[in-house]
Amino acid sequence: MKELRLMKGNEALAEAAIRCGCDAYFGYPITPQSEVLEYLSNEAEKRTGMVVLQAESEVASINMVYGAAGTGKKVMTSSSSPGMSLMQEGISYIACAELPCLLVNVMRGGPGLGTIQPSQGDYFQTVKGGGHGDYKLIVLAPSTVQELVDFVDESFKLAFKYKNPVMILSDGALGQMMEKVELPEQKERENIEYDWATTGKPKNKDRRVITSLHIEPDKMEEINIHLQKKYKTIEENELRYEKIMCDDADYIITAFGLVARIATKAAEMAREKGIKVGVIRPITLFPFPTKVISEAANNIQGILDVEMNAGQMVEDVKIAVAGKVPVEFYGRMGGVVPTPDEILEALEKKLVGELA
Amino acid sequence: MNEKNMIDEERHYSQVIEEESVCTAENIVYEKPSVLLDTPMHYCPGCGHGVAHRLIAEVIEELGIQNETIGVAPVGCSVFAYNYLDIDMTEAAHGRASAVATGIKRVFPDKYVFSYQGDGDLAAIGTGETIHTCNRGENILVVFINNGIYGMTGGQMAPTTLPGMKSTTSPFGRDTQTMGAPIKMTELIANLPGTYYVTRQAVNTPVNVRKAKKAIMNGFKYQTLKKGLSFVEIVSNCPSNWKMTPRDANKWMEDNMFPFYPLGDIKTPNKEN
Repeated sequence: MKELRLMKGNEALAEAAIRCGCDAYFGYPITPQSEVLEYLSNEAEKRTGMVVLQAESEVASINMVYGAAGTGKKVMTSSSSPGMSLMQEGISYIACAELPCLLVNVMRGGPGLGTIQPSQGDYFQTVKGGGHGDYKLIVLAPSTVQELVDFVDESFKLAFKYKNPVMILSDGALGQMMEKVELPEQKERENIEYDWATTGKPKNKDRRVITSLHIEPDKMEEINIHLQKKYKTIEENELRYEKIMCDDADYIITAFGLVARIATKAAEMAREKGIKVGVIRPITLFPFPTKVISEAANNIQGILDVEMNAGQMVEDVKIAVAGKVPVEFYGRMGGVVPTPDEILEALEKKLVGELA
Repeated sequence: MNEKNMIDEERHYSQVIEEESVCTAENIVYEKPSVLLDTPMHYCPGCGHGVAHRLIAEVIEELGIQNETIGVAPVGCSVFAYNYLDIDMTEAAHGRASAVATGIKRVFPDKYVFSYQGDGDLAAIGTGETIHTCNRGENILVVFINNGIYGMTGGQMAPTTLPGMKSTTSPFGRDTQTMGAPIKMTELIANLPGTYYVTRQAVNTPVNVRKAKKAIMNGFKYQTLKKGLSFVEIVSNCPSNWKMTPRDANKWMEDNMFPFYPLGDIKTPNKEN
């Protein structure tokens, strides 16, 4: 039977973590995502025996995740932008050591201590690799509380399939707003022994070592080549995106996460005025729907990319479009959420007016 | 004596040993513990790491816990500890070994978990993790090798470098007015209720080696009690970066390190409980 509830994004995410059989959460309080740690502290252990630990810092959290993920358990952490910055070193280690885990960034406005209001300012950090070296996260960008819930189980599946950290890139609005959600059924926590996991050397088998250190350059290059090959496979198999009203569109708005919903409203308003606008919403930010946007650009007049930042994903949109049509950008920064009216106005001013 | 003569002489003695057949099973009084791998160690001659590794291997073997032990290596000279110990190991980021060990222990509370860290790792970049791991009373063993210097990066000042001691970044000697005084991490964490067993040992003499082994043994055994963290500091040397022969380094350690970092138990279950 369907279980429907009205839930705050952060709490829904935490509930989904318990229900998908997550084994451990390590985190540190930071607005606007502290409800994840609070909800789990209250609910998780008594219901499934899931480990929930408040660490002394985000640096400690991510390294606890590293240790626990190395044992093959389903492990996660969550934070918000400044805390995520602190975690970048650890994420690089986890990516290189090829460990599965779930990371959640409930983005807030930056730079610096910034604001506690919603933002999408961490696209570059998340998608381009905020830590050192060449690595990639699989990145899922939910636009509804329902997707926040659904992406938890999905992320763990991807994380274990590719032995790669997966990031759910949420934002302060999505984390704080309440929506109706359909919750999945409670899954049992699994007890799978992976041959790579450090749970104690098996009798008559080789020991397992989890490391990101390969001092010989040839070996380190080999590791890099292997990782790049894996990322290629992920690109081929795991692309997720949504096309809204794109079939007859003359203009397309590209946007991810919450902004895609606002952009969809703007597109509907444009259509009422006779301007045929569609929306392409990348659901996975890595892999990015480069080909989808490239093909869409063949039949339209122009693209408006809208983000809650100074223009980050727009760079990937431009790479995809490769100069075929104009790509304009509209963004609000520092925790300000754009309205549908603003987006429509930007579309008319920057594209429709210019090209008419 | 030239090199050729030396080699000839070595051959001669090895033949004598073979002929006399003293290398028999019943004559073995000391051998490599099975938990220690055959990989040649990268440590400098006279360094204490090799002995400390060996003691860990001996203890794991004697307790029969090779299949239930997970070690965490640090960043520093012992970054490659996992190349020498035949157990499952994770290599942590600089300073984070105790956080990594926490993550492992929390999801596998019945396994034996230890971190092995140097002074820079544990008492500088990882101070926060060290204190909070101790304070939470994680049921792990922390082995802390303190030689008062950064070895791997080539002899820079460590948080435990003695007052007046020269390093590449305190070339005129550590000035405690501007560089701070050395941190006695072991005394510091002994004050935290989360620590169960805190001791400072050394591996410079056979007697001290035996004591250090006992301490490491305790650190593993106490994990089953789930009463808190065991912390074993081993005051050690660094002949290469102290720029001394191994013999002089040990002498210097005894004369200078031991008075500042006195050996012995700081907190034992008997005294405290």
